[in-house]
Amino acid sequence: MQRRNLLATAALTFGLALSGGAAMAQGLEKVKACFIYVGPIGDGGWTYQHHQGALALVEEYGDKVEIAWQESVPEGADAERAITQFALDGCNIIFTTSFGFMDATQAIAAQFPDIKFEHATGFKRDQPNVSTYDARFYEGRAVMGTIAGHMTKSNKIGYIGSFPIPEVIQGINASFIHAKKVNPDVAMSVVWAYTWFDPAKEADAAKALIDQGVDVILQHTDSTAPLAEAAKVPGVIGFGQASDMSAYKPSPRVSAIIDNWAPYYIKRVGALMDGTYEQSAAWEGIAGGEVEIGEITEAVPAEVKAAAEKVRDDIAAGTYHPFTGPLNKQDGSAWLAEGEVADDGVLATMNFYVEGITGDIPNQN
Amino acid sequence: MLRLERRATPSQFWLWFTPVLAVFLTMLAGGLLFAALGSNPFTVIRTIFWEPLAGANAAYFRAQLFIKAAPLILIAVGLAMGFRAGIWNIGAEGQYIMGAIIGASVGLAFYPTENRLIFPVMVAAGAFGGWAWAMIPAILKTKFNTNEILVSLMLVYVAQAILAKAAFSFLRNPDGMGFPGSRNFSTYPAARNVDLIERSGFHWGAVAALGVAVAAYVLLTRHGIGFRIRLAGQAPRAARFHGVSPARLVIFCLGLAGALAGLAGIFEASGPSGQITDKFATGYGFTAIIVAFLGRLNPLGIILAGLLMALTYVGGSLAESRLNLPAASIQVFQGMLLFFLLGVDMLTNYRIRIGRSLRTGAGA
Repeated sequence: MQRRNLLATAALTFGLALSGGAAMAQGLEKVKACFIYVGPIGDGGWTYQHHQGALALVEEYGDKVEIAWQESVPEGADAERAITQFALDGCNIIFTTSFGFMDATQAIAAQFPDIKFEHATGFKRDQPNVSTYDARFYEGRAVMGTIAGHMTKSNKIGYIGSFPIPEVIQGINASFIHAKKVNPDVAMSVVWAYTWFDPAKEADAAKALIDQGVDVILQHTDSTAPLAEAAKVPGVIGFGQASDMSAYKPSPRVSAIIDNWAPYYIKRVGALMDGTYEQSAAWEGIAGGEVEIGEITEAVPAEVKAAAEKVRDDIAAGTYHPFTGPLNKQDGSAWLAEGEVADDGVLATMNFYVEGITGDIPNQN
Repeated sequence: MLRLERRATPSQFWLWFTPVLAVFLTMLAGGLLFAALGSNPFTVIRTIFWEPLAGANAAYFRAQLFIKAAPLILIAVGLAMGFRAGIWNIGAEGQYIMGAIIGASVGLAFYPTENRLIFPVMVAAGAFGGWAWAMIPAILKTKFNTNEILVSLMLVYVAQAILAKAAFSFLRNPDGMGFPGSRNFSTYPAARNVDLIERSGFHWGAVAALGVAVAAYVLLTRHGIGFRIRLAGQAPRAARFHGVSPARLVIFCLGLAGALAGLAGIFEASGPSGQITDKFATGYGFTAIIVAFLGRLNPLGIILAGLLMALTYVGGSLAESRLNLPAASIQVFQGMLLFFLLGVDMLTNYRIRIGRSLRTGAGA
């Protein structure tokens, strides 16, 4: 119950921020924006996209913004030191771009009340100067799932999971629901890689899926290794993750979910400049531009492409929510009634599969 | 022509001067690397070695040196005792992880009870965890004559798997909304490893590191066990005639190193890191091997070596953020340090002669 309240409060804060709220006293002439990355910029996925967002700030604001970054920051005490370094070096706003930096961000924010902190994918906003931001990747998964359901010939699709956390489980459920919607015979296998980025492990996971007869692979890990494996077997397709992964066009990469942090970074730094900055909990998706659907290639038939684009456009227009009832949980118990949509509190803590997915989520309790 | 000639006895001068030379050569080669990356090498070297000590906000960074050095020194002292006796424990990282998991499990089992005894019990449990993990290679070696290098190293990967399991299941924070990671010890005062002086970085782990280093020095130089350790390393046959039991020495050295690594783990988990996560292990157990050799396997030397290594971390991270250097360049820089240390180490046992050897005719 307490968790719900926390999120409800956050949603309220966010609502206020969106509606303009009360403007802050004054803005800043020049902003120093600093970024803490969990991986190397050259990962081609998660960190690379955050860095693209950072560079977009310079493109947008020119001399009025200065950026600094530190890559491959380990979580824990090292993260606290890296964040403090930026705080001491005069950063006005610090973006900590990984879930694992959550507690460190809170701790340092308490010591520097005048500096703004933005933590990606977390949920703690105990300090008034900490905001959180995330993207509704599951919206993109709904589009991928639609393509997957149409395209599979073996009726077996596979999902390479990174870690069994709510964000990943949302993606698995959204993919399956939409594949099933267009192809009632579809079955999905999930393989857990326990990594965000490890080409060797990801390749093994892809191989294991292909051996099971899977011909459409969805991935929640950041390397191109699964696509490279798919490329070896005719008829197997996959999707780019985090970045476009366009090297594998037109097949096996038939589309992609692209994280685009630039609109959010530009908005927040801009708010700091014009004095309208407020604490917020941003969770935007296709509509806000944070989740982009990479080009759907000619390897996909036109009518499938049209169906996928309709899902994308309906989500963007706000007329369709990927988690709309009737939906049951894996154990058959009712979750959402006809026409009911999932609320953000449940999504943010999602720890169950929807009906029809086989297998268990590992390490539950 | 240059050639090497073995010294009759190792040079005392070079024994202590090679680390200094290695640091100097690292600065030189590192400077070239940074220049090749387009940075001013003098600025980078200054940022790494000088800024944390005396630059802007140095008070904060000096405290960070203790935080970074304490686990390195604790682990390296234990490893050095074994290395001196010819017992090669490469798995301190695993012992560090297991100490943290066992210690944290004991502490969190009491949550949210407030009692002054909880922290000491946690620390003891941490030491036990590391000791028990080190006993696996120790017993396998004494009973079945397995190679402790391989067994202790392989057990690191087992420990990492247990760590992931802990973060995702049995130690997962019940209030963490399903995300991995244990409860944070900063929210549990009875089990928190606090700075003894506010913001000094001098937590219980740093106290333990200094105490252990001094105790180990006394043990090595003044105590019978220390004598047996040195004897076993320098002259194994003589040691056996002297009545030194190799099996007991293996149990003692691996156990000590394991317990100290476990201590480092629990101090880290309850203090600077604050929680057990799947990313808790950042390689202290491996870096400590470098620290042990940089400190000449001498506990007092290890204190200096630990602080120097900490400086390359703290200063290196500062250089990354201020000069936007890639993280890999700092890692290469640290790697150079070990490389040069091992390279110039031969000066301790060999001298360089210029000219023809007197014995070339012998056709050796």
